Amino acid sequence: MAVLNFEKKYRVRGGTLFGGNLFDFWIGPFYIGFFGVTTFFFTIVGTALILIAAAHGPTFNVWRINIAPPDLDYGLRLAPMRDGGFWQLITICALGAFGSWALRQAEIARKLGMGMHIPWAYGTAVFAFFTLNVIRPVLMGAWGHAFPYGIFSHLDWVSNVGYQYLHFHYNPAHMIAVSLFFGTTLALSLHASLVLAAINPKKGLPVASPEAENTFYRDFIGYSVGTLGIHRVGLFMALAAVIWSAICIVISGPFWTRGWPEWWSWWLQIPIWRGL
Amino acid sequence: MALEYQYLFTRIQVRGPHYQGVPLPAGDDTRTSDGGFSHLLGKIGDAQIGPFYLGTYGVLALFFGFIAFEIIGLNMLASVNWNPLLFVRDLFWLSLDPPLPQHGLKIFMPLAEGGWWLLAGFFLTLSLAMWWARSYSRARALGLGTHTSWAFAAALWLYLVLGFIRPIFMGQWSEAVPFGIFSHLDWTAAFSIRYGNLFYNPFHALSIVFLYGSVLLFAMHGATILAVGRFGGEREVEQAYDRGTAMERAGLFWRWTMGFNATSESIHRWAWWFAVLTPITGGIGILVTGTLVDNWYLWAMDRGFVAAYPPIATPDPYLTGAGR
Repeated sequence: MAVLNFEKKYRVRGGTLFGGNLFDFWIGPFYIGFFGVTTFFFTIVGTALILIAAAHGPTFNVWRINIAPPDLDYGLRLAPMRDGGFWQLITICALGAFGSWALRQAEIARKLGMGMHIPWAYGTAVFAFFTLNVIRPVLMGAWGHAFPYGIFSHLDWVSNVGYQYLHFHYNPAHMIAVSLFFGTTLALSLHASLVLAAINPKKGLPVASPEAENTFYRDFIGYSVGTLGIHRVGLFMALAAVIWSAICIVISGPFWTRGWPEWWSWWLQIPIWRGL
Repeated sequence: MALEYQYLFTRIQVRGPHYQGVPLPAGDDTRTSDGGFSHLLGKIGDAQIGPFYLGTYGVLALFFGFIAFEIIGLNMLASVNWNPLLFVRDLFWLSLDPPLPQHGLKIFMPLAEGGWWLLAGFFLTLSLAMWWARSYSRARALGLGTHTSWAFAAALWLYLVLGFIRPIFMGQWSEAVPFGIFSHLDWTAAFSIRYGNLFYNPFHALSIVFLYGSVLLFAMHGATILAVGRFGGEREVEQAYDRGTAMERAGLFWRWTMGFNATSESIHRWAWWFAVLTPITGGIGILVTGTLVDNWYLWAMDRGFVAAYPPIATPDPYLTGAGR
């Protein structure tokens, strides 16, 4: 079960970035590699820290667990374990695991002769996490500005930080990010629909060709980006959504401290409108 | 690996004659004449622009859409006393608001008190319905499945819940969303505050999960197909019924990374459901807000899933007297 019938010829040595042949093996379907070992290490330690931190808290209800960063008073220093030290160590483990995961993806891509798109895409998401919980807190001078680890507590953080800037929807980078999230989902539904519609045509007809896919989009909206192009568009939009999300939060605080609706006053003050 | 194997741009564009497309069945209109080529578009996708099929549904959709666009735009222009410069300056702030609360669900009311909003919504809905019919008829004309239409219908469900179904349940058009850039954002923020923080609405949470999940899936899928571009990975339809080395490598990548993988067909089923469930769950979340649940925070308190915080981490200086 673990090895598919065509899989054997792909399971070859080589392509590792570190450790040579030492960790170049599989367990079940999983490739290990040096970075698989480090991923495993950081994940086990991080998860254990989460459980220990939760045990110090009032609940094991998975929705209610809250592991908060240190109080603002600690600035950028290390905090005692129960006052945010757990959060700091968990953050280190998370970044260790995420980074290892990206490098493991790179090794697997090399092994299969594939491009590096997946590790770069995943790295973009890791970069957004790094922006939220490292870059922005460092720029603002305290780990207390990072978000807490907890399902509903991190939503409270989003809510509270949003209202600190009065109305976060007026943040122009947030506007772009949200548009890209919606736009990517729209594009995904259109792409998935088109492929499924070609593979599962009207009853009694043979599977449709890419010419029919292109023709449908030219008929429908006047342009078809094509079978290769749609994946470029999708990857670009998805990564742009993540990058603009990172931008919209890192400018809130370090570069703009007032309400976001007020930011738009520059537009009302440009000289063109003088005398209106 | 060398950058030219990353398939980020098309390096050499091969240009044949303009392609009219798969023939249309008898009885359909003819397509517009060709629209030429764009070298810049050719860098990322197909260079060919057009042809375009207008058809009855297309004409009606554009006509009704134009009426809705004009009603909204002219109302905004009227609200700045027909001053074009003010219109440009204040465009993001301008709004065509839903009817005043006292008009309830009336169909006839003064135009300036919501009549225009109702008319704009009516024509916009007609336009979208015609566009839906167009998506269906164009797919059928080419013998394709109608997956696009049903995905579009899911988006229409959210649109109708926001502007039509929920206002009817609430007994007032005034509950609906205004037409305007900042005004619809204000509506969204006010809606969340009025009903005690929408983050505690489980259907809102599901909708966000599917929204972010869709973006994650497109990043994974787009990256995977580009990464196997030199093996012809973008030939997804052929690889669905005749798997080649591109899909074998793509599948094994995820199998070795996370223990399981999709196929050329099934990844698009994952994608379709994630994208489609975003507005479906979102629409349910909006529909039950104010109709079944009045305050999501208190609702979550009752059900015991609000986050657990220490009693008071930082004493409020105003409560202790230190702030005076």
